[in-house]
Amino acid sequence: MTRTILYNLIQLLFVIGFGPLYAGVLSRFKENVQSKRGPSIFQPYRDLWKLFHKDEVVSSETTWIFRFTPYLVFIIPLFVASLIPVLTDYPLAFAFMGDMLAGGFFLALAGFFAALAAVDTGNPYGPMGASRTRMVGFLAEPVFMIVFFTVSFVAQSTIPYIVQKRWVASPAAFFSPAHILLLIAFFMLILAEGGKIPVDNPTGHFELAMIDESKGLEYSGRGAALMKWGGQMKFLVLTCIFLNVLLAPWGLADDLQPGHVLLAIPLILFKILLFTVILVIIESSLAKLRLFRISEFLGAAFIISVAAMIASIFSTSAV
Amino acid sequence: MAGSQTQLIEGLNALTAGLILLTAFGMVATRQVQGVLRFFVVQSAFLAASAFLIGFNRGSIHLLVLGVVTIAAKVIAIPWVLKRTLPGDVYERREINQAINIPSSLLLALMLAIAAEFLVSPLLATTPDPVIHANLPIGLAGILIGAYSLIARREALPQLVGILAMENGAFFAGIAIAPDLPLIAELVIAIDVILIAVVIGVLTRNITQTMGTTEAASMSELREEHQPWR
Repeated sequence: MTRTILYNLIQLLFVIGFGPLYAGVLSRFKENVQSKRGPSIFQPYRDLWKLFHKDEVVSSETTWIFRFTPYLVFIIPLFVASLIPVLTDYPLAFAFMGDMLAGGFFLALAGFFAALAAVDTGNPYGPMGASRTRMVGFLAEPVFMIVFFTVSFVAQSTIPYIVQKRWVASPAAFFSPAHILLLIAFFMLILAEGGKIPVDNPTGHFELAMIDESKGLEYSGRGAALMKWGGQMKFLVLTCIFLNVLLAPWGLADDLQPGHVLLAIPLILFKILLFTVILVIIESSLAKLRLFRISEFLGAAFIISVAAMIASIFSTSAV
Repeated sequence: MAGSQTQLIEGLNALTAGLILLTAFGMVATRQVQGVLRFFVVQSAFLAASAFLIGFNRGSIHLLVLGVVTIAAKVIAIPWVLKRTLPGDVYERREINQAINIPSSLLLALMLAIAAEFLVSPLLATTPDPVIHANLPIGLAGILIGAYSLIARREALPQLVGILAMENGAFFAGIAIAPDLPLIAELVIAIDVILIAVVIGVLTRNITQTMGTTEAASMSELREEHQPWR
């Protein structure tokens, strides 16, 4: 019991520690693809360090929501990380708290408060970004739900550990058409939720075109650091769900030995590195969609996820 | 050992089935003429992969030959023939006014896929063969979605790709349920498909030269004089 609590803490430290590194590697690769040298992969850590040592300025017009939100945005990915398999393929001490739906609700809560805080400032760009994020969010919502339905049809459960075991145990289920369609739909969802290129440009500095970034414009100092770090951890957690539960459910520690748990860390970092390459190829070869084309992008994700559900229903009823 | 290998091959075949459905949706969703053609080429490559896998599994040289013919005809010959016959600007075109816009098209394509799954489910109950379970519904879905894009598209080249995608779907279902069709019949179909591509390519070229467009919607009236504003 004490061991699983310890591993759970290691898991949280993994998410806290490697979130900025993931963002750094991603931006470095992107610059390299554009034949620039790019910043060091440790630049996000330096940015966070700098922001933590700066004074924070808070407008006197804002309410408690504005101050409270950075802490929430920082904490929520950690809650989600303790529910999902990051390093181990068996549930750890705090995994009893919820299933994948609970993780979705947690992330939605953070998104809700971030949108409220953006409106709270009265900055004209904040509410614009908040409303756009909500638009992307409500278009992504049905896809999320159908993906969860499909997963629960296939694995008879919404608990991520059981889902992960299901793909490992049965190659027939792993290669089924439902699985590949599910993967594509969830990948498109990650691009939309993480503010990646076909939907949003994460490196853009043009306020009118921002979707995700403009919510944090009013933050400075510690608040900005927490918002930034929280966003990076959220993306790492989403990637972990995608890689460890759906795409490549191997390489996780399967027993309580500390050596195996520590060995899982480089394996997962390697998986994330490969995933980063794919992300960079997509981000560098596509152009950002116009705002009203986003509905088409997520509509396509919805179609694919429903096709996955139909395929899984008919294949399970036949067998 | 042999059993697990068979299972793996059946699994990979099911994977190609999923990817073929995905490329069929892709053909409906793309605006660019060139993109539609690329999706078709990728779909044909997956089709050939499926033929190889099933042929390997059932020890049928016949299906392996078919896979090679598919690659030669659909992945190499058809894009090449179209590139030679059509003027370059046909490829760069984007289709602005479809009969039905793309989100609705995708929903209709989804409906067709659901209908295909529903229609073949009584047939699937009669056999436990996982290859048929993977190929038959998605092959039928491919036929229906190809027929739909033939109706809804307004540019000549995507319409051609619609016909070819229908053929792909029929082929994909066929290799699972009728693996012992005479080779000559399949060869005739493969050559037929290239001929269709040549004929439509030449026709489209002539239409482009006289009308300056390949949009079917602007060719609805029979007039003798040239109307550039149409």
